[in-house]
Amino acid sequence: MLERILYNLIQVAVVIAFAPLVEGVTSRLKEILQSKRGPSIFQPYRDLWKLLHKDEIVSQQSSWIFRVTPYVSFAAPVFVALLIPVLTRYPLFFAFMADMLGVGFVLALAGFFACLAAVDTANPYGPMGASRTRMVGFLAEPVFIMVFLTISFVAGSTIPYIVQTRWVTPIANFFEPSHILLLIAFLMLILAEDGRIPVDSPSGQFELAMIDRSKSLEYSGRGAALMKWASAMKFFVLLIVFLNVLVTPWGLARGMGVGEVLLAIPLVLLKIFCFVVVLVYIESSLAKLRLFRITEFIGAAFVISVVAVITRLSAI
Amino acid sequence: MNSPPILFALDALTGALFLLTAIGVVATRQVLASLQLFILQSALLTLSAILLGLAEDSVHLFAVAAITIATKTLLIPWLLRRTVNAEVYRTREIERVLNIPSSLLITAVLIVLAYVVASPLLNAVGVPFAQINLPLGIAAMFLGAFTIAVRREAVPQLLGLLAVENGVFFAGVAIVPNLPVIAELAAAVDVPVVALVVGMLTRRIHARLGTTAVGQLASLREE
Repeated sequence: MLERILYNLIQVAVVIAFAPLVEGVTSRLKEILQSKRGPSIFQPYRDLWKLLHKDEIVSQQSSWIFRVTPYVSFAAPVFVALLIPVLTRYPLFFAFMADMLGVGFVLALAGFFACLAAVDTANPYGPMGASRTRMVGFLAEPVFIMVFLTISFVAGSTIPYIVQTRWVTPIANFFEPSHILLLIAFLMLILAEDGRIPVDSPSGQFELAMIDRSKSLEYSGRGAALMKWASAMKFFVLLIVFLNVLVTPWGLARGMGVGEVLLAIPLVLLKIFCFVVVLVYIESSLAKLRLFRITEFIGAAFVISVVAVITRLSAI
Repeated sequence: MNSPPILFALDALTGALFLLTAIGVVATRQVLASLQLFILQSALLTLSAILLGLAEDSVHLFAVAAITIATKTLLIPWLLRRTVNAEVYRTREIERVLNIPSSLLITAVLIVLAYVVASPLLNAVGVPFAQINLPLGIAAMFLGAFTIAVRREAVPQLLGLLAVENGVFFAGVAIVPNLPVIAELAAAVDVPVVALVVGMLTRRIHARLGTTAVGQLASLREE
């Protein structure tokens, strides 16, 4: 019992510690693909350090929501890290507090607060970004529902620990058409939810075109550091759900030994690295869509998830 | 008939990707991209024929696969690239009968309809692979017909017609594993001729009007 709590805390520590690294590796790889050198992969840590030592300025007109939001945003992925299989194959102490729908709700709560905070400061770009995020969000919602419907229908459960073993035992299940289609739909969702390239440009500096990033423009100092860290952790958590639950549930610790759990950390990071290479390739080969073309992108994801459901229903 | 489950799973995967390419032909803007999707769809049809041939020990299906890859992935694209002006492939189709999100939703409805239509037939066939191939083939037929209805460029409309043909074969290889090669050969001659005729026609239209948006040809014009 005690070690299950300990491992759960290790999971949280891994998410907090390595999320900026994933961001650093992503931007470095992207620069390399464009024949540039790029910043060091530890640059996000230095940015966080710098921001944490700067003064924070809060507008007098803003309300308590603006001050609370960085902490809510930071706490949500940390809480999610308690629920999902980051390092182990077996459920840990807090795993049954909530299922995958719960994970979605917790992340949605953080998104809700970020939108409110963006409106709160009356910075002209904030509300614009917030309304655009909501637009992408309500388009992505039905796809999420279809994906979770299919997952729960196939695996008979929405607890991620049960789902992950269902897809690979026996290995023929991996090639099930509904599984592959779900992977494609979920990948498109990750791109949309995290503001990656066909939907939004994460490294863009032009406020009028921003979707996701313009919500935290108004933050400085510690607030900015927490928001930055939180968005890196949210991406990390989405990748963990995608890789450990849906695509490759291999390389996780099976036994209860401490060594095995610690060994799982480099293996999981290796998986994430492989996926980031694919992601960088996608981002570098596509152009950002115009705002009203996003409906087409997410519409395609929706149809794919519907087809996943249908092929599953007909297979019985 | 106890075919290995891995072949069954791979055929199901091929079928799902086959359907995805059919959706892609409906929804892509660029003419060239829809041609490439059609080539991919034909390759998946070939793959499915090979898988079924392995599972059922049928030489005919290998012949079908060989004919498909020769005509649909090599001959027809080559013919279309030769006859139709290269400028056409660079165009984007801005004007459609329906916008892309609504046509995608209709696509989803059509797929459900295909499964509804196919379910009473499945009991009659009795081949396990028909469970996968028959509904997906019918769905691809519907989507091809929908492509012809919804798009206004000549080449994508032709590709819709060819997608219907692909759908027919995708369903056919599962229902009739011992289809005589002569029937497939007849189709293999027919389809390139269709492609050639439409290609020539498109070339004439393009030469006369400077566009291949055949949707605009509905009204008469006095000269």
